[in-house]
Amino acid sequence: MRSRLILWGIAAMLLVALPPLVTALGEPYYVDLARRILILAIAAISLNLILGYGGLVSFGHAAYLGIGAYAVGILGFYGITNGWVHLLVAIGACAVVAAAIGAVSMRTSGIYFIMITLAFTQMLYYLGISLDVYGGDDGMRLKSKSQFAGLVDLRDPVAFYYVALGVMLLFVFLTYRIVNSRFGMVLRAAKSNAARCRAIGLSPYPYRLAAFIIAGAMCGVAGALYANHTSYITPGLMAWHQSGEMMFMVILGGMASTAGPVLGTFALLLIEEALKGWTEHWQVILGPLLVLSVVFFRRGLAGIFFKPDA
Amino acid sequence: MTWALVFEQLLNGLQYGVMLFLMAAGLTLVFGIMNLVNLAHGSLYMVGAYLAAAATQWSGSYLLGVALGLAGTLVVGMAVEVIALRTLYERDHLDQVLATFGLILFFNELIAIVWGRAPLYSSLPPWLQGHVKLFAGSTYPVYRAAVIVVGLLVAALLWYVVTRSRLGMLVRAGASNRTMVSALGVNIQLLYTIVFGFGAALAGLAGLMAGPIYAVQPGMGELILIQVFVVIVIGGIGSVRGALAGAIIVGVVDTLGRAFLKPLLGTMIAPTAAEAAGPALASMLIYLLMAVVLAVKPAGLFANR
Amino acid sequence: MLEVKGLFKSFGALRASDGIDFHVAEGETHALIGPNGAGKTTFISQLAGDLRPDAGRIRFAGEDITALSAPKRSRKGLARSFQITSVYPGFTALENVALGVQARSGHSFRFWRDARSDPALTGPARQVLEEVGLKERMTVLAGNLAHGEQRQLEVAMALATRPRLLLLDEPMAGMGVDESQHMIGLLSSLKRRQTIVLVEHDMDAVFRLADRIAVLVYGRVIADGSPESIRANPEVRAAYLGEGA
Repeated sequence: MRSRLILWGIAAMLLVALPPLVTALGEPYYVDLARRILILAIAAISLNLILGYGGLVSFGHAAYLGIGAYAVGILGFYGITNGWVHLLVAIGACAVVAAAIGAVSMRTSGIYFIMITLAFTQMLYYLGISLDVYGGDDGMRLKSKSQFAGLVDLRDPVAFYYVALGVMLLFVFLTYRIVNSRFGMVLRAAKSNAARCRAIGLSPYPYRLAAFIIAGAMCGVAGALYANHTSYITPGLMAWHQSGEMMFMVILGGMASTAGPVLGTFALLLIEEALKGWTEHWQVILGPLLVLSVVFFRRGLAGIFFKPDA
Repeated sequence: MTWALVFEQLLNGLQYGVMLFLMAAGLTLVFGIMNLVNLAHGSLYMVGAYLAAAATQWSGSYLLGVALGLAGTLVVGMAVEVIALRTLYERDHLDQVLATFGLILFFNELIAIVWGRAPLYSSLPPWLQGHVKLFAGSTYPVYRAAVIVVGLLVAALLWYVVTRSRLGMLVRAGASNRTMVSALGVNIQLLYTIVFGFGAALAGLAGLMAGPIYAVQPGMGELILIQVFVVIVIGGIGSVRGALAGAIIVGVVDTLGRAFLKPLLGTMIAPTAAEAAGPALASMLIYLLMAVVLAVKPAGLFANR
Repeated sequence: MLEVKGLFKSFGALRASDGIDFHVAEGETHALIGPNGAGKTTFISQLAGDLRPDAGRIRFAGEDITALSAPKRSRKGLARSFQITSVYPGFTALENVALGVQARSGHSFRFWRDARSDPALTGPARQVLEEVGLKERMTVLAGNLAHGEQRQLEVAMALATRPRLLLLDEPMAGMGVDESQHMIGLLSSLKRRQTIVLVEHDMDAVFRLADRIAVLVYGRVIADGSPESIRANPEVRAAYLGEGA
């Protein structure tokens, strides 16, 4: 426990020191890159809750990234730029959609669950494409970033970076509390042995649904931040490629560990960056790399550093 | 909105449905026998379309192009099975999903490297062009009618294989039990490779038939694959009968929805609202249908396992 | 305490439960024996709520529970252990039992407090572990426990929910001689405080522990009475030809 805390402390300090370091080296691009990674790490952390700890293979988690982003975009479209309103709507919308999709999907399990979550997220993707007023297939430009009057100006790249870092660390901490609470124990027990849970009087369904909603809401926050980061929102955010990528971020890092999703996101996105710099056809290399990682690399990166949880 | 128009769209729905069936049958067979969920099934569809189009252009003969496309997809499918998928049979579905997702990225980019990202032109021989006369003076494209006929023939062939042959017995027994299968004196590895190849060929057939109607481009597999998932969920996994029923239902509902929902809405609400809501709702229709089916029958209509 | 009337359950042409009547008085240890394939596990599954009977009624402590789900039955005090060990292999023995304690302590929608160090959970869990004799092994991952210890853990998890009735499905399955003796000792001490339905093949244990024995053959109860009467029953001897009774 102590060693983990120390490692986290070191990691946090490194991440805090990053902006001044790279600016001094004359490479401010890396602040942008790191910020993108941090925001997607938040999304991965949310997915880890239901996938890593809960064992729910949801292939549709990118939907909440999209909903959060579109919440910011659509509100901005209508002139509402208050950041707190953006966050509230993003979280609320994601929670409602997650409740609806979860209620239907959670009645199934196994391969059906995977297919259904995928289908629902694709449905939202098509919805996004067909709404021409919000840009349709081409997407929409963000008119103005979320305003947090007096608190922070998201147009300042370094300030925005620290916001992203702060939110990520906060969510890491929240996840840690949740998975070790009574709620988290039920969720993890249900993943381990659902029949056992029912035999001692715990029905997995309500807890899994609640986890699904929480994860969706957390991902909505990531989506809202992402919209501010790219200043451009497309339905592609909700496409299943995004969902698949997110799953890899969770798996590569090591499921059911608090550090896993962060490590996995950094690993995957940095590898992508490196490959992109090498060739425009980087996916033809990434594809087989991912296949190999699944075949050989079961425990994930966190398994190298820490003993896995349950 | 005339009856001729409705009938034409019904036929289009049937045509789309048989293509969905070819994909769904392959996917459900592979899952039923090998307990493998294969996301890259859509990639095999794409490979079929590209190989057939390229072979037709190269040889100048449509039929030769079709034959080469089918054979090529069969070979690619078996190669993928031998190289990449053998280790996945023992793994859980999550691992299979992730690994085959990696395969999708690979194939999409590979196709883009060889043929570029622009849509490929898929030509038709003269004897498949033009229209055929139906009742009451309405006409229907020859090619689409041919697709329907071929699809139904394959469905009949599959029905025969599943109900009459030894392989079919294995399918119906839900044989993902390797011990039982080998106890019947069957070479497991060979069986799996053949089944996978067969499924790949079905996907390739769907792909090459789709070529002239829809766009041949990287990523075309994923668009249809998700609808195939909906088909399987509605029909019940592991059931070829369910795949056919689900495919026809999804094909017809989707096609009719896209064609008629906007004008239908336009009679009920303001035209400008229908303009926006129509296409949006039409694209969501089959997913809502899936949700309804699941609410009533969580295992699908013809659940097998 | 437990009253089963006219239980029927078929799987296609197979009648796994063919009109079973079964009665367990409070404080009694009622064993259920029978040859393999007699339908014992199907019966237990219907009692526990994992299977719905085709016909028949189950009353527990005066209440008709036939339509209740398994979690609901457990919360009413009907606990079970599984024939094939079903614990949480990635959790420690203590955490396994603590989950049982947690299950009976109201809802678990608490998101903040660390459950692993909550004395309201670990205290009772420790007690139960001590009762079954696993106190020294409580920090060991359940998956790393010896087979016999895992069977003890099965019983412990059932006990953790403070049951009014224990359904024990072959608690001694796969145990060696020493482990069996230990388990019999544990069950003897439990007998005094619990109502137990015991499904077992180990006849030594059955005759030492049971107050009444019911014999299930092809889904029907062919005899139900005191151990002596069962021992002397010619039909039972015929059904168990070759097995020591």
